[in-house]
Amino acid sequence: MRPRGHFGLIWFCVAAVFTAATPAIGEAPARVVSMNLCTDQLAMLVATEGQLLSVSHLAFDPRESAMAEQAKGLIQNQGMAEEIYLMHPDLVVAGSYTSRASVEMLTRLGVPVVAFEPANSLDDVADRITQMGAVLGRQARAAQIVAEYRAGLAAFQAQTNRRPRAALYYANGYTLGDRSLAGQILLMAGFANVADEAGYADGGVMPLEVLAMVAPEAIISSARYPGGSRSEEILDHPVVQTLRHGRSSGSFTDRDWVCGTPFVLRAVGEMAEMRQQMEAE
Amino acid sequence: MMRLFAVLSALVLLLFLLALLIGPAGIGPAQSLQALIFGGDGPLTMVMREIRLPRAILAVLVGGGLGLAGAAMQGYLRNPLADPGLIGVSGSAALGAVLSIQTGVAAIAALALPLAALCGALVGVMLVLLLAGPRGSSLTLILAGIAISALAGALTSLVLNLSSNPFAANEIVFWMMGSLADRSLTHVWIALPLIALGAALLASLGRGLDALTLGEDAAEAMGISLHRLRLTLIFGTAAVVGASTAVAGAIGFVGLVVPHILRGFVGGRPSALLWASTLGGAVMLLAADIAVRVVLPGRDLKLGVLTALVGAPLFLHLIYRTRRAGQ
Repeated sequence: MRPRGHFGLIWFCVAAVFTAATPAIGEAPARVVSMNLCTDQLAMLVATEGQLLSVSHLAFDPRESAMAEQAKGLIQNQGMAEEIYLMHPDLVVAGSYTSRASVEMLTRLGVPVVAFEPANSLDDVADRITQMGAVLGRQARAAQIVAEYRAGLAAFQAQTNRRPRAALYYANGYTLGDRSLAGQILLMAGFANVADEAGYADGGVMPLEVLAMVAPEAIISSARYPGGSRSEEILDHPVVQTLRHGRSSGSFTDRDWVCGTPFVLRAVGEMAEMRQQMEAE
Repeated sequence: MMRLFAVLSALVLLLFLLALLIGPAGIGPAQSLQALIFGGDGPLTMVMREIRLPRAILAVLVGGGLGLAGAAMQGYLRNPLADPGLIGVSGSAALGAVLSIQTGVAAIAALALPLAALCGALVGVMLVLLLAGPRGSSLTLILAGIAISALAGALTSLVLNLSSNPFAANEIVFWMMGSLADRSLTHVWIALPLIALGAALLASLGRGLDALTLGEDAAEAMGISLHRLRLTLIFGTAAVVGASTAVAGAIGFVGLVVPHILRGFVGGRPSALLWASTLGGAVMLLAADIAVRVVLPGRDLKLGVLTALVGAPLFLHLIYRTRRAGQ
């Protein structure tokens, strides 16, 4: 899951990279390479035809990327400084947690790199789109996407008389609280997150025992990845199965949840639908 | 002897009870035991019966099994350094388990996972015995163990790194260090048959191992079939270590520390050391599993970390003593 902490330091680095590397205002970059799943999708949404050269390999995986179709035709990169340098980009966009060594090396080689903070709220999504528009010189397109996004979000601001208690529960017992994008999606869809009442507002590993004791009305987890793993086995644990039995639960693919893109609206929609079903029962 | 049995049994019972009462949910002891024994509808019953009980049972099964396997191997090789974890048997078992999970074989039948781990362990034990020879000197035994551990560990890491599952690579730590977190009764049921079978095989070795202390010729003169003894040891160890590793990962040093501590109490008799080490292993793993929950609750500190912290210094001490004895 997303690493957290050290925000001060990271902000400092981001700011430093940002001020050092932003290309001269007015001229839009023509050869853009993205090396992070989330900037991949933001760039694909905002960039003009032919402006985006390459995206990370994750962008091609339909389980993690909401834009795997659109990625076809672009060059795949593994996020390594060497391959990216050889593409002669005039701008590289990366996540602020993207492999630090690669980003530093590109900066040393004189390639402008802009790092994007991960989105932790639904408002952040709009900010990131605007930022991508500014960086790619596509402010108008970005403004249009933001307007559509805000309109979509407003449609969910319906009245909720009761908030069902739900838990976000992932592999290894990881949970996310309100201060995360997934937590915000849950809130927007009209649920209350049990992670907060159990003392996991910042997310982290919530032991099975604690999950059993807070007894959520719904458990939301992500869909399984292929190939077995012990980490995902926790979702088969009898306790989770019992909690799911006779209650609402769902496994959703990560693609609409992990990145701050307008696709989070789909996740909010799915969750709102689930809540309405719960109310109807 | 009876006193040792009573003390060890009491310790197992006490720690088993303590293991049931410790957990992140923070429930009162009386309430916990009531929910465990009498049940009820609340989440408390689920916590006690589905989370804590299987964890405590597995600590007893796995710890007892590893202690017994260590004592049996040491008796057979007449070498105090033989521990299933150190000589690469646990590592090979982990490789078997990982292969069965990644190829999807483990999903076919409930017993496929422990059986695959058993096959891995079998290869490990046979390789060690082959390389170390029937009366393995400490040097060849440990060298063979290092080589097999390294190879099994590297292959396990390789398989997990090649997996298409994004979580698999992070599980290398679990397979190398072992943990009992988030286990369920399902794991108890898949491990129990093989551990019981292996333990029965190893327990039957007592007379043979006692005779072997007099030397191989004397043992054969007493009517012990060394060939059968060796086969029983190989299959017993592979079954116990394989099933334990399949559900708990590779936990080292239990089979080294426990027989070493208890050897003096049983007068060095291998047959008595077998049952004593079984109880002692259960005590050690229960204590370790309680410690990981008390020291870092909710962080899943691996069991192998604690057993190595206790076991490695002892291992160094044993090497030092073996070297002095050799001079």
